[in-house]
Amino acid sequence: MGTEPVTMRWDPQLSGPRAGRRLYGALVSTQPQPDVDAARPAIRLRGLRKRFGTGPQAVDAVAGVDLDVRDGEFLTLLGPSGSGKTTVLRLIAGFELATAGTIELGGVDVTRRAPFERDVNTVFQDYALFPHMSVTDNVGYGLRVRKVGRAERASRTQEALDGVRLGHLGDRRPAQLSGGQRQRVALARALVNRPRVLLLDEPLGALDLKLREQMQVELKAIQRQVGITFVFVTHDQEEALTMSDRIAVFDGGRIEQLGSAADVYERPATPFVAGFVGTSNLLSGAAAEQVLGRSGTWSVRPEKIRLDLDDEPAAEAHDRSATGVVREVVYVGSATRFVVDLDAGASLVALQQNVQTSSSDVDAYRGRRVRLHWDPRHEVQVADPATAPTAH
Amino acid sequence: MLLSRRGRTILAAAMGLGLAFIYLPLLVVVVNSFNASQVFAWPPRSLTTRWWREVASNTGVREAVLTSVEVGLVATVTAVVLGTLLAFALARYTFFGRQSVSVLVVLPIALPGIVTALALRTAFQTFLGVELSIWTVAVSHATFCMVVVYNNVIARLRRTGTTAEEASADLGADGFTTFRLVTFPLLRGALLAGALLAFGLSFDEIVVTLSTAPPGVTTLPIWIFQNLSRPNQAPVVNVVAAVLVLLSVVPLYLSQRLAADTVTAGRL
Repeated sequence: MGTEPVTMRWDPQLSGPRAGRRLYGALVSTQPQPDVDAARPAIRLRGLRKRFGTGPQAVDAVAGVDLDVRDGEFLTLLGPSGSGKTTVLRLIAGFELATAGTIELGGVDVTRRAPFERDVNTVFQDYALFPHMSVTDNVGYGLRVRKVGRAERASRTQEALDGVRLGHLGDRRPAQLSGGQRQRVALARALVNRPRVLLLDEPLGALDLKLREQMQVELKAIQRQVGITFVFVTHDQEEALTMSDRIAVFDGGRIEQLGSAADVYERPATPFVAGFVGTSNLLSGAAAEQVLGRSGTWSVRPEKIRLDLDDEPAAEAHDRSATGVVREVVYVGSATRFVVDLDAGASLVALQQNVQTSSSDVDAYRGRRVRLHWDPRHEVQVADPATAPTAH
Repeated sequence: MLLSRRGRTILAAAMGLGLAFIYLPLLVVVVNSFNASQVFAWPPRSLTTRWWREVASNTGVREAVLTSVEVGLVATVTAVVLGTLLAFALARYTFFGRQSVSVLVVLPIALPGIVTALALRTAFQTFLGVELSIWTVAVSHATFCMVVVYNNVIARLRRTGTTAEEASADLGADGFTTFRLVTFPLLRGALLAGALLAFGLSFDEIVVTLSTAPPGVTTLPIWIFQNLSRPNQAPVVNVVAAVLVLLSVVPLYLSQRLAADTVTAGRL
């Protein structure tokens, strides 16, 4: 135990040669094992509120949030801009003072504590690296201000830098690095303190798509290996689905739904979640009565729907089906999205893999009569805020 | 933008003319400081270093330079402290009347110097009851020197934002450590540039100095002014002017370097 290096398993496909393996191994091996009570959440938020401004211009950025973040989990706060997810993160970090409610870290109430008195570290959206310090000094900053000895500081800094495969760039200034490299420095700087919780505020937002996808996989791998609780803020639903153990979907300063990626995607609790996570394929009112034979608001994911020309043979008996006219055809490379106006009144999006079709073929569907069919098991009832919340 | 050959020629000529208008008179001053003729006959028949040697042993000049430096330093230090505090207050906190305060802070640089001079002299002599001295000059200079420091610092504070300080606190540094390791180093360039400008402003100030200095206190610009009209002192004044031309290149160069530093630091 203690400081002996631990051999880590590492998927070589994720990144370059041996570099990555050493880094994460180093981070994991030195991770102290605090008196973690499995039952006690890493973060507990109760009745959390944050109001900005006063009088008639006051805005409740966070309007009553209760949330337990489990120890060691990867939790994503997902929502559109202005939904309060970043404010919740800043409240946990201590950059904002809560208007009401409590924040507990590992069972200790830190609601009124300053940021430097909380055992959390943050990866900022713009990285917030110190421009006047070298990469090494940036990463070693947390150890320096916590009075860690020079020798230990140097070795832990180097380990952390090796871990993000930047060990050779320690003498550079942040301005001399690319966006992806700065992102890694920010990550190493936050992890070198071995915090109980790592907060990440849209850390991949500034990266291009390719780098972003690569970092998503890598971040997830780091989290699994260092075993630190990650709270990750994003507005990108795909990112949330890819990385998270659980997702808290935010809207209007409240949590609309909390659950696993599969929960949130396949069983959205409200129309907002259905719309924000994926495409909102909603059937309600008369259309629901006519197509599904039941009332309420229902969601069917686009990829669960099959699409045939109306004159082709009818679907299997147990399938639900509806006829309509193709209004729009969107070719997205691997698949095609068909927007179909149903005869029953609503419109649904159907996503079809382009197994044998090409862009010119799918364009021919525009304006044609089609039949949509799907397995009724994929119909999910979503709570309508107007009616009683009758979802599961 | 693409320009025709003729357009470029015209622009180049205009620029040359402009530069010549600024720099030829300065060149004449430098050349004249070596002119053997006491009345500056032009073109100079012969050259001499006699005037330069005379300046070196001139106690009036030496004392005036010393006074100017003393006033400049006191004014600069006062301006740096007050200007920086003001910039922090106005950039980082919201309070009632913030907009009005920011206008009031900048106003002294826009006011005619003669008005400031009159107002300060009256204030010192009537209701403050302070005797005019080298200190009243320095304090008066600080009122407008403060503005350039304030402008430099607040621009830097607005550009760097607060995330670096948040990151520092997040990593475990308390307020004082954050200021020492992050805020101040990020501000240093702006402070130096502001201080250089402030010193420069104080060094060549004449109107406010004339009305807030007692008879014995003579800064360099005032010494030059007093000796300008005396024919036998003209060559010496000319040498002093030449020295000032050469010396003013130094702070200019430094503040340009610092400004460049400002830009790269702001990019992050």
